[in-house]
Amino acid sequence: MTFSPALETRFEKLLTIYPPGRQRSAVVPMLLYAQDEIGSITRELVEEVAKRCGVEPLQVDEVIGYYSMLHRKPMGKYHVQVCTNISCLLVGGEQLYEHAKKKLGIGNKEVTPDGLFSLEEVECMGACSWAPAVEINYDFHHFVTPEKLDQLLEDLRKVR
Amino acid sequence: MLFNEPNPLETRILTRRFHLPDSASIDTYLANGGYQAFLKAAQMAPEKIVEEVKVSNLRGRGGAGFPTGLKWSFVPRTSPKPKYLICNADESEPGTCKDRLLMENDPHQLIEGLMIGGLAVDGHKAYIYIRGEYRYLVEKMDKAIADAYARGWLGKNIQGTGFDFDCYTHTGAGAYECGEETALLDSIEGKRGIPRMKPPFPAVAGAWASPTLLNNVETFSAVPNIIRDGGAAFAALGTPKNGGTRLLCLSGHVNKPGVYEIPLGYPMLEFIEKFGGGMRGGKRLKAVIPGGSSCPVLAADECDIAMDYDTLAKAGSMLGSGGMVVMDEDTCMVKAMVRIMRFYAHESCGWCIPCREGTTWLRKSLQRVHDGGGVARDIDMIDDLAKNMLGRTFCALGDAAAMPTISFVKKFRSEFEAHLDGKPCPYEHSSEAVLV
Repeated sequence: MTFSPALETRFEKLLTIYPPGRQRSAVVPMLLYAQDEIGSITRELVEEVAKRCGVEPLQVDEVIGYYSMLHRKPMGKYHVQVCTNISCLLVGGEQLYEHAKKKLGIGNKEVTPDGLFSLEEVECMGACSWAPAVEINYDFHHFVTPEKLDQLLEDLRKVR
Repeated sequence: MLFNEPNPLETRILTRRFHLPDSASIDTYLANGGYQAFLKAAQMAPEKIVEEVKVSNLRGRGGAGFPTGLKWSFVPRTSPKPKYLICNADESEPGTCKDRLLMENDPHQLIEGLMIGGLAVDGHKAYIYIRGEYRYLVEKMDKAIADAYARGWLGKNIQGTGFDFDCYTHTGAGAYECGEETALLDSIEGKRGIPRMKPPFPAVAGAWASPTLLNNVETFSAVPNIIRDGGAAFAALGTPKNGGTRLLCLSGHVNKPGVYEIPLGYPMLEFIEKFGGGMRGGKRLKAVIPGGSSCPVLAADECDIAMDYDTLAKAGSMLGSGGMVVMDEDTCMVKAMVRIMRFYAHESCGWCIPCREGTTWLRKSLQRVHDGGGVARDIDMIDDLAKNMLGRTFCALGDAAAMPTISFVKKFRSEFEAHLDGKPCPYEHSSEAVLV
């Protein structure tokens, strides 16, 4: 299995930064970076990461269920994460999440039929003072209103 | 980038460069005193560096508030094993959003803090463990690290001091538990983030079974300031045993939520008034969670208090990670508690049974009470269950879930009672009207 040249460079470096014999440390970063490129964690990816880090595939498998950002199923091209934790809740995060469900016509961790969007109700993502917050893929959006969310989704739909 | 207007009343120590154009660049850093504290520290005896940090009364900014200098002194400098430095940038305590700003706006200050830590404990490799959701900060820290190497502030024989130091980023992938230091260590070793039995403490056997100096982003970022101006000057900013300033993350029902740097010991009500611009819509204050969702809640009449570790501890709460959540009179405290417990139930790693089972049952019971399905004895059962979790788990997550529960039930019992026996939530209408 091969990845883009940029990711290959990143992986090459990743395997050198940990102490000798401790390449297992690269498993989680490698899975996340690779998932971002290929869309989800496939069987093939598990085996590839295991091979590169010198561990058993089982040792890769066992971390996947633990880390909430790792997915075995592909999410949408734009993964919309709405925080409803305490700081966001107090200023409308829950209503924002309900609005997103209606707007996209999907529930938690579901994908729209065209594969463009997926939705997730997430735990605190570190934007409490600028709540309610939404993260789309890795882009933070602060002080999000339902109207602002509509606009964000509309803009992404145009870009596709 | 800053996401809220700064306040002229702030005491800018860690954020002193935030307002400068291109504040994250190495040029801005070097032109404004950057890396000079490292050069100063390189001339000092390692014990003197640790002593200076002790004198500063700096305490861990991640949540526990442990004296930083003391923690540094636990690392066996003369051990033949390599010593590692790990920066905990897994900021995920609900209410907390300050480490993000420190990495985004002044990444070199953090790198310099790690270097000084390296001098103190004879460590030569540092890893910054950044939560997965903060990918843009992985890129920003990587850029800052690359620039530091290019300009000779990282690598071999830094600026002719004879000191070698390497610095790397490591991404998490979504797990609150990995902010607990021993779970973080398992995570950085490529495993599930499960807490370890202590002792041995990380200072003795941490990452890869080696002595490890592990601190929060804000803690390391304070260090160059301490070395530059002296520990005593930093200590003088705060109150006795609570040195310096902190970045307080103000959220909830205030007019101007934001992250503001204030000296420790700053009065809470004055902070809400002068920094937060008062309560939103002129509503009355009901409660404050002082330092992230793990902290016991303070009722409005307890909020006339100085914000430092010891004063808040005396009042039965904590300054925690500085995530201050303000709730007004229209807040349903049962609903707030349900949401907090949903979080802990989701994030419990499942290793210790009191935490795994306790958070799940508390989530279910609290939800049932909020939904009107509760009966009178549920309230005592919730309290009892939470009290039985306290101190019975490997790490602090069990306590973090239990402590707010006990305080919510104790201080807002009447609100729990108002939900019993099929009664609808008394706040449902007002809470729906709240949209920014």
